Amino acid sequence: MAVYIKGMGAISPQKTWDDETLLSQAVGYRGNRLTCIEPDYNQWIDARTIRRMSRIIKMGVTAAFMALKEAGVERPDGIITGTGLGCLEDTGIFLMKMTESSEMALNPTPFIQSTHNTIGSQMALLLQCQQYNQTYAHESFSFESALLDASLQLEDYPDQNIVVGGVDEITEISHTVYRRFPVFRREVNNTLTLFESDEPGTIHGEGAAFFVLSGKRGEHDLARIEALTTLYKPDGHQLKTGIKKFLDDAGISPDAIDLVLVGKSGDATHDQETENTTTSFFPSSSIGLFKHLCGEYPTASAFGLWLAARMLQAHHTPDVVVYRDTGRALNNVLLYNPYFGTHHSLILLKSCRDTL
Amino acid sequence: MKTRVHVVGAGVISAIGNSQAESLEAFRQETSGIGYMTVLDSIHKNKLPVGEVRLTNQQLSERTGAGAELTRTALLGLHAAQEAKHDSGISSWSQWRTGFISGTTVGGMDKTEDFFLDFIQDTSTGDLGKVVNHACGRSTELIADALGVNHFVSTINTACSSSVNSIIYGARLIAGGKLDIVVAGGTDALTRFTLNGFNSLLILDHAPCRPFDANRGGLNLGEGAGYVVLVSDAVRKHEKLISKCTVSGFANTNDAFHQTASSPDGKGSFAAMQQALLKSGLQPEAIDYINLHGTATLNNDLSEGTAVKRLFGDTIPRVSSTKAFTGHTLGASGGMEAVFSVMAIQHQCVFPNLRFQEPIPEVGIVPQLQFEKGIGVRHVMSNSFGFGGNCSSIIFSAVKNDQA
Repeated sequence: MAVYIKGMGAISPQKTWDDETLLSQAVGYRGNRLTCIEPDYNQWIDARTIRRMSRIIKMGVTAAFMALKEAGVERPDGIITGTGLGCLEDTGIFLMKMTESSEMALNPTPFIQSTHNTIGSQMALLLQCQQYNQTYAHESFSFESALLDASLQLEDYPDQNIVVGGVDEITEISHTVYRRFPVFRREVNNTLTLFESDEPGTIHGEGAAFFVLSGKRGEHDLARIEALTTLYKPDGHQLKTGIKKFLDDAGISPDAIDLVLVGKSGDATHDQETENTTTSFFPSSSIGLFKHLCGEYPTASAFGLWLAARMLQAHHTPDVVVYRDTGRALNNVLLYNPYFGTHHSLILLKSCRDTL
Repeated sequence: MKTRVHVVGAGVISAIGNSQAESLEAFRQETSGIGYMTVLDSIHKNKLPVGEVRLTNQQLSERTGAGAELTRTALLGLHAAQEAKHDSGISSWSQWRTGFISGTTVGGMDKTEDFFLDFIQDTSTGDLGKVVNHACGRSTELIADALGVNHFVSTINTACSSSVNSIIYGARLIAGGKLDIVVAGGTDALTRFTLNGFNSLLILDHAPCRPFDANRGGLNLGEGAGYVVLVSDAVRKHEKLISKCTVSGFANTNDAFHQTASSPDGKGSFAAMQQALLKSGLQPEAIDYINLHGTATLNNDLSEGTAVKRLFGDTIPRVSSTKAFTGHTLGASGGMEAVFSVMAIQHQCVFPNLRFQEPIPEVGIVPQLQFEKGIGVRHVMSNSFGFGGNCSSIIFSAVKNDQA
């Protein structure tokens, strides 16, 4: 597919903006909820507009604006957003008010801003971008669908610059409900030590990561996305054949992968299988982990892609990411993101150092 | 060269019927589906008319074989998708790279709002079984699992243009060689959430809606689902399928004007229609029928009408909004209206725009007033516009099967 990353922006539970030293001072959290470290939005969005925006809209729009700034693109040729759960804060407000008031005298504003496409449409409005505008809302495949869509578009129109990203927010209501499902750990002393103990359950995260992509090479490309696939509810055999086919189709052998960035979530229920799959396929590759940094959420793979591309750009794997170091230089990085054992995605990235 | 994308199957369920055949009969008899709700419980039930599917969740469960505890969005979607699969004549799609792409705006909200009745009293209460399928993608997966599709799944939520965007994505994935077969469309159930949301915006008509009429008073909400089965040339030949039509053009644009309102001159909708025509290689006069977005709000119909007038000039094709029959089914509307557009080509007919009396003075468009059969319908355009300025337009074109 050969898509070039021109610029990126990420707002996450780590300090991922103005990030001159990539994750050198990683932040650990106590408990089971990671909250984004947010920038001063006034630097990015007009103050009156900010007041009307919920957190997910501010995070998504600002991450996209950061990506556009880095890419040096003023107005993109399309905006494609992935969000697993959409605008939960406004949805929750409208639901609460409607239930409390027994459907009487409701303020329409939270309803208006509750649909998933509010994030992408606010970008269109602020950028006056009348081109292609799309929002995927398929849980942990939301960002992957957005990326696939962009790659299709760039195959036809390689000169275009398309904004693509993934964003999800945690709200009080969503966290309260999620905690009742047995998938988030009751208590973690420090999320940075998540992988040091084997327990069921993961930690709840959120974040926004946006990218400006083009089909045309440039001098300052951050990384190149080579291939992408999703595997939906595969059994053990289908998972193995799916990964093998992905690598075959991409024309790369497993031993050419320098680092596998794996979305292990700290959940012992699934992590062992993930570990077995990764080590058996890629015995000679370095392995990195990222969900102790961002938590588990539907569009965590967007954070993973941001991290993988920054690592390729910096030729460096931060210590906090390293899980198994084989000392290999980073040229080919595979992002492998499993989500609760049912949804798996693979994104292959290459360094752009020698592409020109 | 990229493959053509054929429509080989279609399925629909709405207030006017549980199948293509029942829908066609309702159009022929001019039987509207708008009335007071009997399935959904709301304080507005005897005040706000809606287009409600006349089957309970239990009945939908019995007809589809899926559990009655599933969300209504999933049950409606499965009902329509099963009809589409059966209609396609494809015996087994496991040997092909098959995808299921669904548009929805409410997802499992119909159950979530019931959960909230308990949850707001005490946050440790409320049956978690009611929120487990809340996410939009869950309805897609429930349907895909029941259909036996596991190669590719995706969900789109661009408000009221969601499901036409699903069909566009499906067509592009086939044309781009990524998939062989895609079942695409969308589903949305009536919920108190959307009913109260639109009511708070003061855009619901307290009488049956009058799309494109000078005295229109807003929209009626509806529910339903509509899916088409899309295949590549190779699949059509190999499986010896009859092509109902091709997806010949489409476009997705943004009005970039206001979060909920359309620009007065309909710049987003104009661009969507114009770019769809460009993609199809057709001139405006080649379009035989436009299935309008036509929600019957003051804003949409004026904006859309202005854009249609600007693009088509004095030779406006036959146009109608079928929302006077079905209500506005939000994320499902584009899928349902795609099925109606395919039916228009297959049966060489156009559908009436019910309750029309007087044209909107600024645009003067008189829509199709009666069900009309036996006319040449080769190219049909279907419009879907949504909150957030999302505008999409798609064109279906007749195909001769001996050459297909």
